[in-house]
Amino acid sequence: MDNKNHRIIELEHVVVKLAGDSGDGMQLSGTQFSDTTAIDGNDLATFPDFPSEIRAPQGTVAGVSGFQLHFGFIKVETPGDLADVLIALNPAALKVNMKWVKPGATIIIDEDSFQDKDILKAGYLSNPLEDGTLDGYKVIKAPITSLSRRTCMQLGLDAKSADRTKNQFALGMLYYMFHKDLDFGGKFLDEKFAKKELVAKANKAVLESGYHFAENLQEFAITYRIKPRKEVKGRYRSINGNTAVAWGLMAAAEKAGLELFLGSYPITPATEILQELSSMKHLNVKTLQAEDEIAGINSAIGAAFAGKLAATSTSGPGLALKSEAIGLAVITELPLVIIDVQRGGPSTGLPTKPEQSDVLQAIFGRHGESPVVVMAASTPANCFLYAFMAAKIAVEHMVPVILLTDGYLANGSELWKVVKMDDMPDIKPRLVKDNDPDYQPYKRDPQTLARSWALPGQEGLRHRIGGLEKEDVYGDVSHDPLNHQKMVKLRQEKVYRVANHIPDLKVWGESAGDLLVVGWGGTYGHLISAVKDLQTEGHKISLAHFNYIYPLPKNTKEVLKGFKKIVVCELNNGQFIYWLRAVHPEFKYLTYHKVQGQPFMINELKEKFTEILEEF
Amino acid sequence: MTSHTATQAVHPLTKDDFKPDGPVKWCAGCGDYAILAAIMTVLVDLGGRKEDLVFVSGIGCSSRFPYYINTYGFHGLHGRGAAIATGIKIANPSLQVWHITGDGDSMAIGGNHFIHTVRRNIDMNIVIFNNRIYGLTKGQYSPTSPKGLVTKSSPDGVIESPFTPGELVMGAQGTFFARAVDTDPKMLRAVLKAAALHKGTSVVEVLQNCVIFNHQTHAAVTNKETKDDNQLFLEAGKPMLFGKNKKKGIIRRNNRLKVGIIGEDGVTMDDILVHDPTDPEDMTHYNLVRMGLPEFPVAMGVIRSCDCIESYDQLYEQQVAAARQKSHIKCMDDLLNSGNILDL
Repeated sequence: MDNKNHRIIELEHVVVKLAGDSGDGMQLSGTQFSDTTAIDGNDLATFPDFPSEIRAPQGTVAGVSGFQLHFGFIKVETPGDLADVLIALNPAALKVNMKWVKPGATIIIDEDSFQDKDILKAGYLSNPLEDGTLDGYKVIKAPITSLSRRTCMQLGLDAKSADRTKNQFALGMLYYMFHKDLDFGGKFLDEKFAKKELVAKANKAVLESGYHFAENLQEFAITYRIKPRKEVKGRYRSINGNTAVAWGLMAAAEKAGLELFLGSYPITPATEILQELSSMKHLNVKTLQAEDEIAGINSAIGAAFAGKLAATSTSGPGLALKSEAIGLAVITELPLVIIDVQRGGPSTGLPTKPEQSDVLQAIFGRHGESPVVVMAASTPANCFLYAFMAAKIAVEHMVPVILLTDGYLANGSELWKVVKMDDMPDIKPRLVKDNDPDYQPYKRDPQTLARSWALPGQEGLRHRIGGLEKEDVYGDVSHDPLNHQKMVKLRQEKVYRVANHIPDLKVWGESAGDLLVVGWGGTYGHLISAVKDLQTEGHKISLAHFNYIYPLPKNTKEVLKGFKKIVVCELNNGQFIYWLRAVHPEFKYLTYHKVQGQPFMINELKEKFTEILEEF
Repeated sequence: MTSHTATQAVHPLTKDDFKPDGPVKWCAGCGDYAILAAIMTVLVDLGGRKEDLVFVSGIGCSSRFPYYINTYGFHGLHGRGAAIATGIKIANPSLQVWHITGDGDSMAIGGNHFIHTVRRNIDMNIVIFNNRIYGLTKGQYSPTSPKGLVTKSSPDGVIESPFTPGELVMGAQGTFFARAVDTDPKMLRAVLKAAALHKGTSVVEVLQNCVIFNHQTHAAVTNKETKDDNQLFLEAGKPMLFGKNKKKGIIRRNNRLKVGIIGEDGVTMDDILVHDPTDPEDMTHYNLVRMGLPEFPVAMGVIRSCDCIESYDQLYEQQVAAARQKSHIKCMDDLLNSGNILDL
């Protein structure tokens, strides 16, 4: 660094957003940069934000794809509200993201893409680089397209492919700005383009060009360093929610001594679970890409009957299609894990955007008295734990379990401390020995009320199950009125008794105070950040965040009664609050709802909580 | 579980091994009884372990079948039996899976699962009880009901064209299709046994009588007086002859099938087509399943049985074996500690 005035400033954490056309490789370069920060020892959380169209018209706001990364020396709970640095590869990317940057933020733009026609296409009436739109920001204009092309041309890459490397130029500037390891960035590209040597070479060259361009730029006289986290020791990896779900199911299968089967149909934003598991045949995982959602779950029910740890993965519209089959799993009392990666609804809704609007569907969305266990993961990484626990409950209690995640958890990634399989809890499937003279299909464990699991192929255990009501103990078809009522109550009680096997609801902060913030699922990071900030400011505020929804943890009432006010925060129009009111009507609940297909912002939560606290 | 080897002496099965504990509750005179008896006989004949048999069904009269045979059984959802059976077979390929279904269950609400199961060529036996009516809901027309049929839901006659199950099997690149009638136990047994022995999805359509809601629907095909003229029983390598004196046969004229009578219009034995169920490219299979009264006899027996492609479950197991051999990742701890790891 030959710049004499060069200064390095240490930061605790920083939020970076990369934005461009959906074909510009923003998700790739975002992942590349976040992996680099992880290798560097920073904590991190990411949030990809992309349209449901694969390639919307180039240069329009509809086609803007973004990737937000929050990395830090401190514990990072969310991808951050607003960006400190925005890279905008075209005017549309700038237009869409201006409301998501902090005042005074650094904005890096590709000046080659700010021609009159591009500006008009983005819907600007005048050039934002000249009309004062960017006053108050630190704007760095770089000829990203032309310099990327020049680098590629020297290597003999065609113009079309060359234009696809410009994300690497911008990224190179970020590597310089934050002192990140360029070699790792290159290694990432080598792996990504392992079969396209020239493409890998060109991308690496452009990455370096960007780096050196920044090095020589007066605006980068100041660079920033985010030191590795100190307080954490051990082995870490970066993981997103969908991968964590897939691995959690696999871990459960191994722990239970079972093989995993996933019957699924591709649906955004859950598809990666199917993709991940379909590449795990070497670890005894079988997958079926079914002809539809219905066949996905029914094949899983068949596999469960045959003795597999069976799962199906979907999103809201798919969960609706699976309702009838979930009822079949309820009455046949087979273990089954149903993963619902929630997205904006109703109907096709907002396929790529997160929402928490399936919780009532999960609890109630079937005909008949049809109770199932409902759970929710709350961070990308703990999707592993909750998928594991969903499987454990399913096979130990012989019950279908719905695990809710969402598009934010599914695509977002964070640093995760790698677990050891020895440290995971045991899973004991209720298998039966051949020729067991005491076996009856619907004979139950007196504690859990779970029936036993006899598998086709076993000697001396032939039996038939199905969707018709079953005679208690023996499992024959029965239309007896009293038997039906008894079986309804047994299936319900079995689900209630799962509460004896789940952890207590945890309170972050004091167990009594002015305000209890209640959340569930994917909003944890934002809620805990807001609550901690207000605790630091001296407020008597705590957080209770639910991962177990049906049944609720046994100490729920104890927790709720410690506070003067309770506010339930959800990314929907008010669903979990219905459930809380039904189970614990003795409390008064305030609500905070957001239904914009976007996560909460820490600041809006703090404003709301402060407003409630000021009413005292 | 006990391990079972091929050399282990297996107690010979009898029909009693499959008798259910409870009563069979189909209507008196229902064609389903004949199919149940034929399947039990075939299972005894085939031998093997009774514990490896799984009967899966959807919803409808036919789909009560698993309750009436003492094997492992799964009575599923309307139309979804094929998907449940698919999961069972992929989960444990050593099981022998039978899917019992009806014309409503497999051709209407389960149509999608049916064609995709056939397309995948999962090794299972699908038996369609085709009575051309909805029985369990008491008499509405089905996707195989003939045009003009007056039912409770078609008071002025059906105006839809019926499905021929065999056509869907051909369209979905099926590897086995056979047809039989519930009134001919010998034919039923022969066809069901061939289906059981075929590796891949075997579809057997049984023309079955519903005594209550569609009595005599197949009478023209099954009646003693007319059956010789109205049924063509196909056998591999044999000429397609039918009629009391076997004087009638199937010939090809102008690339269309026709009924020819030996000695008339210059038709000789050499003109009569010879049945080859094994050629996957043979469009005659398609022509044969479409043949119907009054112009043609109805084709019976094994119409198509090709070992042209491996079954899904065989191919899947091959991929599993190859993946296991290739990967150095043998357990979850290996996986968790692979790839981009960061030691702090």
